Amino acid sequence: MGRTLRDLVRFNRQFASGVILLAVVAAFSCLSFFSPYPPNDSFVVPPDVPPSWAYPMGTTSRGQDLFWLLSFAIRNTLLFGITVAVISRVLALVIGLVAGYSGGLLDRALMSINDTFIVIPLFPILVLFYFVMREHMSWGLLALMMACLGWAYDARLIRSVAMSLRTREFTETGIFSGMSTRQILVEEHLPYVLPIVFSTTMNNINWSIGLEVTLSVLGFTDINTPTIGVLIYWANQHTALVAGIWWWIFFPVALVVITFIGLFLLAVSMNEHIDPRSRLGRTGP
Amino acid sequence: MNGYPVYLLTRLGQFALVVFIGINIAFIVTHATPIDPVEQSIAAATQYGSTSPEAIALMRQSLKELYGLEGGPIDQYFAFWRRVAVGNFGPSLSAFPTPVSVLIGRALPWTVSLLVVSTLLTWVLGNLLGGLAGYYRQSRTLRLGGLLAMAFHPIPYYIVAFMLLIVFGYLWPVLPISGGYKMNMPRDWSWPFIASLLTHSILPILSLALVGLGGWFMGMRSLVSNIVTEDYVVYAELGGVERRRILASYVMRNALVPQVTGLAMSIGAIFNGAIITEQVFGYPGVGTLLVSAVYAGDYSLVLGITTVSIVAVSLAVLLIDLLHPLLDPRVRAR
Amino acid sequence: MSEQVREPVLVVSDLRAYYRTSSFGVEREVRAVDDVSLSIEANEIYGLAGESSSGKTTLIKTIAAAIQPPLEVLAGSVVFNFSDRRVDIHAVDRRELAAIRWKHLSYIMQGSMNVLNPVRRVRHSFVDFAFRHIGKPMPEFLQVVRNHLQRLHLAPDVLDAYPHQLSGGMRQRVTIALATVCRPEFIIADEPTTALDVVVQKGVLAMIHEIQRELGSSLIFVTHDMSVHANLADRLGIMYAGRLVEEGRTADVFRSPRHPYTAHLIASLPRLGDTSPKKGLDGAPPNLANPPPGCRFHPRCPRASDICRRETPPMTWLAAGHRAACFHPEPEQAA
Repeated sequence: MGRTLRDLVRFNRQFASGVILLAVVAAFSCLSFFSPYPPNDSFVVPPDVPPSWAYPMGTTSRGQDLFWLLSFAIRNTLLFGITVAVISRVLALVIGLVAGYSGGLLDRALMSINDTFIVIPLFPILVLFYFVMREHMSWGLLALMMACLGWAYDARLIRSVAMSLRTREFTETGIFSGMSTRQILVEEHLPYVLPIVFSTTMNNINWSIGLEVTLSVLGFTDINTPTIGVLIYWANQHTALVAGIWWWIFFPVALVVITFIGLFLLAVSMNEHIDPRSRLGRTGP
Repeated sequence: MNGYPVYLLTRLGQFALVVFIGINIAFIVTHATPIDPVEQSIAAATQYGSTSPEAIALMRQSLKELYGLEGGPIDQYFAFWRRVAVGNFGPSLSAFPTPVSVLIGRALPWTVSLLVVSTLLTWVLGNLLGGLAGYYRQSRTLRLGGLLAMAFHPIPYYIVAFMLLIVFGYLWPVLPISGGYKMNMPRDWSWPFIASLLTHSILPILSLALVGLGGWFMGMRSLVSNIVTEDYVVYAELGGVERRRILASYVMRNALVPQVTGLAMSIGAIFNGAIITEQVFGYPGVGTLLVSAVYAGDYSLVLGITTVSIVAVSLAVLLIDLLHPLLDPRVRAR
Repeated sequence: MSEQVREPVLVVSDLRAYYRTSSFGVEREVRAVDDVSLSIEANEIYGLAGESSSGKTTLIKTIAAAIQPPLEVLAGSVVFNFSDRRVDIHAVDRRELAAIRWKHLSYIMQGSMNVLNPVRRVRHSFVDFAFRHIGKPMPEFLQVVRNHLQRLHLAPDVLDAYPHQLSGGMRQRVTIALATVCRPEFIIADEPTTALDVVVQKGVLAMIHEIQRELGSSLIFVTHDMSVHANLADRLGIMYAGRLVEEGRTADVFRSPRHPYTAHLIASLPRLGDTSPKKGLDGAPPNLANPPPGCRFHPRCPRASDICRRETPPMTWLAAGHRAACFHPEPEQAA
């Protein structure tokens, strides 16, 4: 895995640019730990100041320094994406591997449920969820809900990998040479599954952050925890665009777009790396 | 030779399962949470000014009846299904006494036409360009186009719609950015009305297309670059079959089969996008209705829209699934 | 047989074709075909033998001009003498290539199970491949196709079937019909029976033989199965590790193999009444990305000497119509 990553950074421009973009975003989110102001304090600086040396990203109409506020927002947004990804990864891996290895009726039943979750329009359900929760809605609750709804696509992918691994020759060789199931899974199969899990994780983070931004912008979350979406929500509440406070909208949107493209590049280049044809070019037929 | 009936039955079964699970999720979300929508509505109604306890009790009773929250959980569950089956979600609170079904019925044609037009456009264009890019790998124009399509693909619908709104609303205001047609215009299907409908739909369609295009493009491109190594394509090339014929009838034709399945799989996500896009551009469809229902605290309307969305999306998937055998003879007669 | 009325239909001279890849910083050059020369006469079946990854299929692809990166032709030429034109197949443009294909030069592919478009009826394949060469309006064209199918003992209703509705053997027969419907002068057959079971295989081989004799075409036939060559080929070429190592009339090669590798191949064939145990060759075929110096067979060769390790043996005529690339050929066996 370590060698794979090093090769990817060295020889795949997409992967390298994805890593750079995300590193910038991550570094920026870490700045939040050094913020001179707590995230929810308002009117700590003069409002509506355009970007300048004193306030690199300007200030909001609520008297917040956008630079530091944004560092909190992107940190919460990234954490949200990672939380959803981790929980839904567990679900996707368990369901995908169980379906793929067991096959038969259990596989068909699980995949029927799986396809259902792929098809169902999640957005109205999340809105409904917010509607009944209202002020009880929190960042963590939303993450949990989205993880429970967002595992299906990846479970299908992992299942197909598991199915093909089960019938590969080296699995049988492993079984006949007396390896335990745990050994086969960890030593033989994990190296195949990991890159795919990595790629789906990037896609999943993209998906969950996208939905979170959308819900927050509409005000359908806890609007007191700063995230990128919540920032845009407040900017809209203060009609920032009409008032000409363009930086209040521009910087959050630009930052989240950089995040999306970075994650996407990682996922795409990893997919390319997994593609057996390009693998063949590296190791020979 | 019983492939088709078996296929039909499994698809119908899957459709029933999607509706069943979807409606159950909606039921659990509304009934298993600690929050009581009745108390919430009462709180909202009594926020301004005092109301006598008798009036509140009366209100509570009638709201319970209205929301189908009478009796035990099992009674409520079956009452819920009865409502879904007959499509009756009671009157809307925010537009009292108009029934929820009437409001949804009014909004649905907008959403359906927006979805159908933008999805078909995006799907056809994305597959065409992606297919060409996969077949003519050396073309610089196609590579550049692919790069552009991919740049928009990872950005969520809301952000793309929002960026378009900024560009066409503030920087270069040439297109209408809100509504389904010009305000106060008579809906008489005259030319000016139709023209207004079309110009108002450009931005919503564009933002759905910008996000969607990259996915179909990349999917088709990688499918095609796999299919060109299939024996039947290599053989047709060895046979001197015309290149255009190979691309259309051999490569694209075979790649379309998984792309149709892909369309069925992503209808749900596209629907999510349409809801959000409508809201950004104030398009008078189900999405705008849903968001305003949330703001107005209209429980019946939010629930009604959610269930109708689930059923409508599953129906769309079923329709696409039923078209699938037309493309793939292996399903028709196995 | 010694007086040649016509020039050979195919002349391959000093052909060299490598696979060159560069991916993730790893550069590889696989020498799949190295300095191969051969010629094929009209109305002749030329068998090409060798184990898998000996370069047979690459040679065939290069002859058919089915070259795609990473495969590259580095040197040599492939020249066809068709009745109305002479073609250096790597020097002509796409359009001319398309005009030659199927009319003069057709191909029966390895793994022919999937050579028919799975989502279209068989009829469309015939139209796509052959319509422009036959030059008749559609109804008459389809009649030509039906007659051709009947001549090959195939029911004309296969035209309305989808490939998945036909059995493997049936699909291969249809492919052979498709490859011969334009009466080509030269047919390339790349392991056409490998995926079929033995009984079906026999029928398909008979069919290929029959149609080749009827059309008087030349046929280059590739398989690793020596018993098929013994029954079908007029002349036989043996490949090892990207090089042609022996060539001669089939009967001569089987009676008196001169190259040690050929000798081993033929000795390992089962014979009726022979109960002696079969000896395998030591070692594995060389890696073509890094072939051994000198004769590529020397690490496995029982007759190898110093010169074999240093120099590449040239193709040398050892008898009339029989040549081999070996410094220490096996002695000739009397008839």
